[in-house]
Amino acid sequence: MTGYIISRLFRAVVTMLLTVSMVFLFIRFSGDPAAALVPPDAPQEVIDQYAEAMGLDKPLWQQYSGYVGGLLQGNFGFSIHTGIAVEEVFLDRLPHTLQLGITALFLAIAIGIPIGAFAAVQRGSVLDRFLMGVSVLAFAMPNFLFGLILILVAALSFKTFLGGENAHVIWPALTLGLASMGSFARFTRSSVLETINAPYVRAAEARGIPFHIRLSHHVVPNAAIPMVTLIGLSLGSLVAGSVVTEQVFAWPGVGQLLVRSVATRDLAQVQFIVLVVAFTMVMANLVVDMLYLVIDPRIRVK
Amino acid sequence: MNDVCAEDAAAEAPLLTIAGLTVSLPIYGDRPEALSDIELAIHPGETLCLVGESGSGKSVIGQAILGMLPYALRVKSGLLKFDGLVMPPQRDLAFGAIRSAQISMIFQDAAACLNPVRTIGSQLSEILAVHDVIRRDRMARVLEVLQDVALPEPERMARSYPHELSGGQAQRAVIAAALLLKPKLLIADEPTTALDVTTQSEILSLLDHLKKIRGLSMLFITHDFGVVAEIADRVAVMRDGHLVETGNTRDVLSQPQHPYTQKLIAATRPKPQQHNSGGDIPILEAHGINLIYRSSFLSKRKVLRAVKNVSLRVDRGKTVAVVGESGSGKSSLAKALLRLEDIESGSITFKGTEISDLKGASLREMRRSFQVVLQDPFSALNPRQTILSAVSEGPIMHGVSVKDAQKKATDMIKLVGLSDQAGERYPQEFSGGQRQRICIARALVLTPDLLIADEAVSALDVSIQAQILDLFADMQKRFGFAMLFITHDLVVARAIADEILVMKSGEIVEKGPSGQILEAPKHPYTAKLLAAAPGSDLFAQGISP
Repeated sequence: MTGYIISRLFRAVVTMLLTVSMVFLFIRFSGDPAAALVPPDAPQEVIDQYAEAMGLDKPLWQQYSGYVGGLLQGNFGFSIHTGIAVEEVFLDRLPHTLQLGITALFLAIAIGIPIGAFAAVQRGSVLDRFLMGVSVLAFAMPNFLFGLILILVAALSFKTFLGGENAHVIWPALTLGLASMGSFARFTRSSVLETINAPYVRAAEARGIPFHIRLSHHVVPNAAIPMVTLIGLSLGSLVAGSVVTEQVFAWPGVGQLLVRSVATRDLAQVQFIVLVVAFTMVMANLVVDMLYLVIDPRIRVK
Repeated sequence: MNDVCAEDAAAEAPLLTIAGLTVSLPIYGDRPEALSDIELAIHPGETLCLVGESGSGKSVIGQAILGMLPYALRVKSGLLKFDGLVMPPQRDLAFGAIRSAQISMIFQDAAACLNPVRTIGSQLSEILAVHDVIRRDRMARVLEVLQDVALPEPERMARSYPHELSGGQAQRAVIAAALLLKPKLLIADEPTTALDVTTQSEILSLLDHLKKIRGLSMLFITHDFGVVAEIADRVAVMRDGHLVETGNTRDVLSQPQHPYTQKLIAATRPKPQQHNSGGDIPILEAHGINLIYRSSFLSKRKVLRAVKNVSLRVDRGKTVAVVGESGSGKSSLAKALLRLEDIESGSITFKGTEISDLKGASLREMRRSFQVVLQDPFSALNPRQTILSAVSEGPIMHGVSVKDAQKKATDMIKLVGLSDQAGERYPQEFSGGQRQRICIARALVLTPDLLIADEAVSALDVSIQAQILDLFADMQKRFGFAMLFITHDLVVARAIADEILVMKSGEIVEKGPSGQILEAPKHPYTAKLLAAAPGSDLFAQGISP
């Protein structure tokens, strides 16, 4: 068990280190950052000056160690355009994104899982086929489309605008949550079906255990194991998953900031957001791995 | 188990009577009825063995008694009378509580019948809870029943999860669950088929012992007449949903009336094959090989010596059987010989070439010359691939043109005894025995010099086993490959092998010609394995055909 925990921690650290290095390399190889800052017709001396000021004239390994050292000290850089520390800009936006993401995830879990479980128990019925049809549609449809339809209908029929800072979070959250709702429903259905037909559930039936206890004590704890993985992955994409939806609803969150920073080539800002997204993903996976220890006794002995 | 007991029982009113039970299969079934007009009685204290091949409907009887028929099956007619109560064979709420408390069932795959994420103790006390036993008494009853099934350290067992138990221990835990409510009737559906011979013999004597001290009646479902000889008072033989013969065990075993019963009994003791003579050309030779497993570097360092100093030789056209229980290292030995695991020391030569240090392309080239047939024919075939494509895939991968490969594959499919049209069909349309034929065709189409069969008949019914063993022998005569046959079953080993190696804890404890090993075992372990084989006493007395 200690071996399991140590190896997962080790893996998380290595993943983070790899991400940091790759972000560093990609940005260096995607073009000269100094040239990107100045107008296209700027003379070479100006570019060189910029490069020197930003430390871009040093050898690559020196730049790299300086960059990693800075990260470790909490020095993430400043926005090129405003000069504000990138983490401050980010933290300003984060509450909006979390509000949107958590509401969406809550909707997906609260609606998707019961729908999937219900469809599994009613397998083969008309209702099962209908619910699964809706689920496929929900995650096959690009999720901005539903958002656009919502905005259009609200604007034409009710003369209200569902976007912007002051709109209610439920509309973008519904849009964002719809796709994961569909995949939660389908995943729950197959996971429950797999366990509901397992020999130990039939054996429990033979021992006289009533249906509702078979479901709560035998099916749910086993079906929950793959579900934890799926929920963990969704938690990991809380920060990054809402880029398109935020854009459609003009929601002032991290996604919108990312789009804007890419458009204005605000490298430090983009770099920081990418690192935070990677970090939440790694942390979510670590949490899932630790949760396995609690819910699956088979892992504890390894 | 003995005649006195059976005669006493017959005098009393039966505990369970099944009258005129007919159950229809859905329209896509392979016959109209799963059960046709079944008449059966089980007396108090009696063990009735229900014998038949897979698909004969014997498990359906158990399900009907429990009121747990699959929803696809419909009861056409019939009644059950249990302990004076008339109850329907269908699912029925009114009798649910009586059934689950007084009739218990144990299944073939014990480990799969235990919830993997809950402790044994919590699963057992749950049964008591839903049958209204007060909380205070539950733990004591759980520990008592774990003691009764002779599990060591009941307290620790109650705290254990299913994966921490061995196969035999899991079956004991499942038996404990079945006995917890002190039932009158125990239905055991192939409870020992998945176990080693020695574990099987332990479980059989445990069931017999429990039956006697608790005065249980037992309906024991099996395909193996060896097991019948060990445990049954009376026997009922089933075929395609019909009862073909019923009688006292001794009578049925000594004078089987129905030809089908005769065939099933004969299959329990497959005749040794005519062994091929001549040709002392060694195909595979191993000298002093050692295989060591080490666990990963982060957890505690563990070293397992799976194969210790093993030497063997398999000649062209000859069969060597490696016999041992699970954990004896026989599969590790096969992996080492196939170069799927790297050996620690020793040498392996294949047709005179040292192969223990081959790598990359030369290893791949070598592998074509040895082929494998595995235990489970159900998971060994891709369900979305036609038989022809599965069999022709190998030659195509090794550079034969698609047309030639398909011709070779078609010929081979016919040769292993399948019909002309079999090639276009999918694995799920075939029975277990037919699938094993397909696996054999797939291995032989590459004309290997060595065939390794790893428990290749263990998952099959006894009567099908005999047919597949015949097929192996026929093919060996025709193609002359050398064969290494890995099995836990000495009876199977004798039927197929020229030479037998008995393995225990990674070492070969005895080796010799197969007749000699079975008739005059030298090592006590071999003798123990022989004694544990079901039906050995009765067959030894010469009652068998």
